Amino acid sequence: METTGEEVEASLVEARQTFKSGHTRSVVWRKKQLEALIQLIHDNEDKIFEALYDDLGKHQAEAYRDEVGVVLKAANYALSNLQKWMAPKRSSIPLLFFPAKGELQPEPLGVVLIFSSWNFPISLTLDPLIGAISAGNTVAVKPSEQAPACSSFLAKYIPLYMDCKAIKVMQGGPQVSENLLQHKWDKIFFTGSPRVGQIVMSAAAKHLTPVTLELGGKCPTILDSLSNPSDMKVAVKRIVGGKWGPCSGQACIGVDYLLVEEKMAPTVIELLKKTIKRFYGQVPIESKSLARIVNKHHFERLCNLLRDPRVANTIIHGGSVDEDNLFMEPTILLDPPVDAEIMSEEIFGPLLPIITLKKIEESVEFIKSRPKPLTIYAFTKDESLKRRIVSETSSGSVVFNDVMIQFLCDTLPFGGVDQSGFGRYHGKYSFDSFSHEKAIMQGSFFPEIEPRYPPWNHFKMKFIRLAYALDYFGLLLHLLGLKR
Amino acid sequence: MVEELRGSFASGKTRSYEWRASQLKGIIKLADEHEQEIVQALRSDLSKPEMEAYVQEIGMLKNSCTVTLKELKHWMTPEKVKTSLITYPSSAEIVSEPLGVVLVISAWNYPFLLSLDPVIGAIAAGNAVVLKPSEISPATSSLLAKLVGEYLDSSAIRVVEGAVAETSALLEQKWDKICYTGNGKVARIVMAAAAKHLTPLLLELGGKCPVVVDSDTNLQVTSRRIIAGKWGCNNGQACISPDYILTTKDFAPKLVDSLKQELETCYGKNQLESKDLSRIVNSNHYTRLIKLLDDEKVAGKIVHGGEKKETELRIAPTILLDVPRDSLIMSEEIFGPLLPIITVDKVEDSFEIINSGTKPLAAYLFTNNKKLKKQFVMSISAGGVVVNDTTLHLAVHTLPFGGVGESGMGAYHGKFSFDAFCHKKAVVYRGFFGDAAIRYPPYTRGKLRLLKAIMGGGIFGIIRALFGWS
Repeated sequence: METTGEEVEASLVEARQTFKSGHTRSVVWRKKQLEALIQLIHDNEDKIFEALYDDLGKHQAEAYRDEVGVVLKAANYALSNLQKWMAPKRSSIPLLFFPAKGELQPEPLGVVLIFSSWNFPISLTLDPLIGAISAGNTVAVKPSEQAPACSSFLAKYIPLYMDCKAIKVMQGGPQVSENLLQHKWDKIFFTGSPRVGQIVMSAAAKHLTPVTLELGGKCPTILDSLSNPSDMKVAVKRIVGGKWGPCSGQACIGVDYLLVEEKMAPTVIELLKKTIKRFYGQVPIESKSLARIVNKHHFERLCNLLRDPRVANTIIHGGSVDEDNLFMEPTILLDPPVDAEIMSEEIFGPLLPIITLKKIEESVEFIKSRPKPLTIYAFTKDESLKRRIVSETSSGSVVFNDVMIQFLCDTLPFGGVDQSGFGRYHGKYSFDSFSHEKAIMQGSFFPEIEPRYPPWNHFKMKFIRLAYALDYFGLLLHLLGLKR
Repeated sequence: MVEELRGSFASGKTRSYEWRASQLKGIIKLADEHEQEIVQALRSDLSKPEMEAYVQEIGMLKNSCTVTLKELKHWMTPEKVKTSLITYPSSAEIVSEPLGVVLVISAWNYPFLLSLDPVIGAIAAGNAVVLKPSEISPATSSLLAKLVGEYLDSSAIRVVEGAVAETSALLEQKWDKICYTGNGKVARIVMAAAAKHLTPLLLELGGKCPVVVDSDTNLQVTSRRIIAGKWGCNNGQACISPDYILTTKDFAPKLVDSLKQELETCYGKNQLESKDLSRIVNSNHYTRLIKLLDDEKVAGKIVHGGEKKETELRIAPTILLDVPRDSLIMSEEIFGPLLPIITVDKVEDSFEIINSGTKPLAAYLFTNNKKLKKQFVMSISAGGVVVNDTTLHLAVHTLPFGGVGESGMGAYHGKFSFDAFCHKKAVVYRGFFGDAAIRYPPYTRGKLRLLKAIMGGGIFGIIRALFGWS
């Protein structure tokens, strides 16, 4: 069901009016919407699981862990902290301006637009929505048409639970998105690919609309040699969990490729194969724990990556696909050529290339010479390697000895840099992302500082020089007509 | 040239505290040792009075450097953050890292300050920088090119002079951040160019900064501060200058009289020729401003000033009373020494008028009335709001300076400058201990129950789930 151009207009007009009325600014309204969202999820959890299964073949546990649970956690966190976030923050003002007071007052931006992606269609729509509501805005969300069951679910249930004069769900494909981008918004929040990110930002430029872009990239995973075999097992478990666990590799912060030392490769491959078998059984297509590829287009794209004969030769595990079920089994490749598409484009699928290096320290250069990813994962106990990774590489975030958990931490900003995006959210950062931090200075009529006003003379000039140097004592002497 | 700077950045030299501090000290030295030349350049470009040149450009810039130098080590230290039960055991921090090679495009009205102040932020954050000063203030532009070349590390900090062609060429390159100070029209061009490379932006634009004057106010101080913010700031050619006034019909005559009186005290009787006032920057802007006065809708509304001298590009401080809201002078940012006064019945009516326009960079209110202050602060959306003064917030480095909506995006000054040119990288440290089987497939009902309990965060929920009681 596509939202028509007239519907978009009408929704925007209503959202603007609602915002203007001031209705969405009260803490009561914001809390009510957050509570309504929590209720919506509690009441309809089964339907959400169904929709995610329809769109992506996600198991309930994955759906809860990566989508439902994330949203509930974010909503509850916002509810408990909302009043604190909304309160003005005192700013210290230099003594020179005494008795002026300064503070920062967050205020909503107005009417905001959220584009979400198909791989986490529930959480990537509702998580930013929580931020937008907490900040007091009216919102239009446009879930991805590539996850149609989830999009319909949101379009049906959000108006039933939340304030439909303030929160609008738009449905449809690229035409609807194009239509939406013609209008003026006070902020646009986009999750998706860099290519579409560019289109969004170019459209936003016409109205000087600020944007947050949550993009992707090839998230490398460095696996150093770990002397303790049980640590190695845990590391591989986490890597497997971070590759095929979230939406079968179709995740912006999923493990894209692995970097290991040559001599470690056999051990690592052995462990990977074992772990995959333990998680997904002997016949992965029968496993209920693996998501599907979202649609034929992406399925073709992934098959194409393997069609390059130089790449196909390097498959050492898996490789089989089932077109009817849009299923690809966990596949490992050993040292595909680094100039092949599989190593230059974000994979976004269940293919794991392993790149071997002579020494693990080379991984830093390898990563540095490539576009900045959303995350870098590194499994190592070597403190100096950790330091090098943090200081010499650049990425949205870095996680040592685990995967994906930065996503769960409400105190950490979640966002990219360079080609992986700009802006950030989660926790208070979501609130800030949809707010304008207004600087307020409360001056007083007294005292009047004469040197501020013309006509200019030497006395006033000297005064200002001393003031800038924050030389209060000198100022006092100057005022009293005494010299140092 | 960008390649060269990228090379310098990649070498890591701009990342050390020592390098950053040395460059900042270089800027202070440059300003100290060439103060007279800078004042001269500003006089040549804008006829800016020496006092203004010092107070609003040189002094402010040096202060900005000093504050930055004092706090830099602290700002550069990673910020430790708390992690939650869900990710136990783990520790996390936020590391501020430079973005890379940034472009600063500055404006003509405060050509010295608006060029180097963002550069201070870029350097403090550890970036390499290219500065493109405005060609409309050519003396300052070439002085900057000379001094930056002499005092700062030219392998990482460069000045590119030129006009539209050079700016367009610069905008085709890929930058890690672009800071633009100027008007909305060019800002759209900058943002469209930035979009091609997904470059984040800091846009410092302008707008019609309103001043609401309540009858319950200290009239003399109010007038003086309006004058200081309007004509005392480059003769009204400043982004945070009071653009127009809103006051009640009853109070307006009193305000006009007070303004006239204080204007004479500040600038004497012959205000057109006063040396304490800047001139209009060039004939384009001069013509633009004269047109605003020639608009028939404001005929007869001039209550003070109106004198002009085209040969010297001078326009005297001019006040207009009761201008219609649909006049030319009320349709765009004035950026000049013309001050229209709009009268309303009740002072609260002014809020609607302000909110019906685009969001300005600053909004001002003069009153003793606490309730009115609160109302104003809550309901007027602007980059910054000042009560009982004008423009002063620019000098307070603990307040973020930036716009919203048409007046811009992002903010800077003080630590906000450092943050504007950094990437805040989240870094999480975990050990190998504490691995919950529930994270991994094969997924079971029991795992789902436990997962729900843990993500819900309650310790009792977790215990219950462990015992299978959920």
